Amino acid sequence: MSAAAEAAPAARPAANAPGRRRRTGGFWQRVGRQVLRDKVALVCAVVLALIALSAIFAPWIAPADPYKTSMLRRLLPPLSPNFILGTDELGRDMLTRLLYGGRVSLSMGIAPVLFATILGGALGITAGYFGKAVNMAIMRVVDVFYAFPSVLLAVAMAGVLGAGIFNSLISLTLVFIPPITRVAESVTTQVRNQDYVEAARATGASSVRIILQHVLANVTGPILTYASSLVSIAIIISSGLSFLGLGAAPPIADWGLMLNTLRQAIYVAPINAVLPGVMIFAASVSFNLLSDSLRTAMDVRA
Amino acid sequence: MHLYILRRLLYTLPIIIGVTFVCFSFIHLAPGDPISAVLPENASAEVVAQIKAAYGFDQPLPVQYLRWLWNVANGDFGSSIMTRRPVISEVMPAVANTALLAITAIMLSFALGITLGLVSGFSDRRITDRSVTGFAVIGISVPHYWLGMVMVVIFAVLLRALPATGMGPAGTRIWMFTWEDLRHMILPAITLAMIPTGVLARSVRAMVAEVRRQEFVQTLKGKGLRRGRIFLHIIKNSAPPIMAIMGLQFAQLLGGSILVETVFAWPGTGFLLNAAIATRDLPLLQGTVIVLATFFVMTNLFVDILQTMVDPRVKRA
Repeated sequence: MSAAAEAAPAARPAANAPGRRRRTGGFWQRVGRQVLRDKVALVCAVVLALIALSAIFAPWIAPADPYKTSMLRRLLPPLSPNFILGTDELGRDMLTRLLYGGRVSLSMGIAPVLFATILGGALGITAGYFGKAVNMAIMRVVDVFYAFPSVLLAVAMAGVLGAGIFNSLISLTLVFIPPITRVAESVTTQVRNQDYVEAARATGASSVRIILQHVLANVTGPILTYASSLVSIAIIISSGLSFLGLGAAPPIADWGLMLNTLRQAIYVAPINAVLPGVMIFAASVSFNLLSDSLRTAMDVRA
Repeated sequence: MHLYILRRLLYTLPIIIGVTFVCFSFIHLAPGDPISAVLPENASAEVVAQIKAAYGFDQPLPVQYLRWLWNVANGDFGSSIMTRRPVISEVMPAVANTALLAITAIMLSFALGITLGLVSGFSDRRITDRSVTGFAVIGISVPHYWLGMVMVVIFAVLLRALPATGMGPAGTRIWMFTWEDLRHMILPAITLAMIPTGVLARSVRAMVAEVRRQEFVQTLKGKGLRRGRIFLHIIKNSAPPIMAIMGLQFAQLLGGSILVETVFAWPGTGFLLNAAIATRDLPLLQGTVIVLATFFVMTNLFVDILQTMVDPRVKRA
């Protein structure tokens, strides 16, 4: 056991060495610093933080009730008195609904990727570590899911299971498991053949122990970096499902659903109709650029 | 290489069978009884059993699957619950319309994406590079259904220059190269082209920049080769991976146009899928998904083989 514990640090210096020359601190700290030095990434992080905070604190900062309808004030244009961004097709305050909308829309972008990372990561590490028949079994099933264009799979699954947030969460998770499994499998296969894994195995460490102590520490970085690049896609597809009426159900405030219901008013109030998309766009671009910056920062190690 | 192509072809078969298995399971994943859509409101237990037997739902699952697979292999996807017409005759015209849109969009994005990528890859000016990268990021992260709505607002609502929805006269006859048909194509094609353009611009730029840094380029410069010839060398070396990306993007467009088709009411597979989902028409949904997935697999296969043939360095035994 102690031998296995001694073998563990052997895995680390590979990741740490370049950082140690400059400043102290772990690998992740260094990556964090690098990302924060990138101005574009910093702006994106701030934008995302603002969207997330305003979604979390929506009940306290929103100017109105997100569900209060009024037939008299339908589709007021932006900059109307009391309604800075106007009202929607049922007379609800747009700003309030956009703030509240972040709750569902952001969670639906992050949650599926999170679940898929855990499940796909576990599958990929298992396939990569054990190889042979286990690898065959897992990766061939993954290949089948790869045979579907991602949007098609998400829409078909959500359509079959029926509309609803929970079902669209399931179908989105299913869409993201195969790509994450592939990445996890390929990095694990590389790590498995490293000397320190060999050394750990020679000392009699169990497979579970080797995976948890040696493999996991070295594959988490690449897997997470890849997963982070999927969040932007997840936001677009999940809002897309709501846009098709397959996600959140009315009267819940959700950016995709708002686009869907406001689409009928596109000739009467075009600005109102496209406003929710600006939020989806902002969130998706920010996640994309942030993930790019993260990848650049992580590559220092390679 | 022939061996590789043969193996690659053979490997496609189990994938397609896997695809049919996933599609078959749709019917049993769906909530409720698979026949509830065709049952009258107050059907007696006898009638239910009769209809179940008629559709073969009284058989064990493996038997059901094999029977269904046999029919599918013979081009019989059952009949649509909604229209009672054979699924295949509903799907094929829709696939043709989707393909028409996807091919137009992909041509557009190949032209634009590769040009932008080359310009920024060969330019040593920071501003060119930055603006193309910025455009690419926007192209990749824009929710395309929203972009479609913005296009409608600008060109159809505010400028009244282009039609907002539909396929125009081509909806009822075969598509022809006329202004009226073209007009209906412009907005959806541009919208659909956005993502692949961004992806391509970005990858071409990265690829060219990488090849330009390689040593053989230095050698070519050193021996005094003309710039045009060096350019050709770089293109030749960056082409294979770019081709793979192009193929993948085209394949994604075929299945990914669902959302854009919804925005523009384009009568393609996306429209069909929406209708199938709204009316819980499972045979129609299965048929559409199988046909699209098969196209997707075939496109990937084609790209893989093409890549092996173009790039002699890729040795796949």
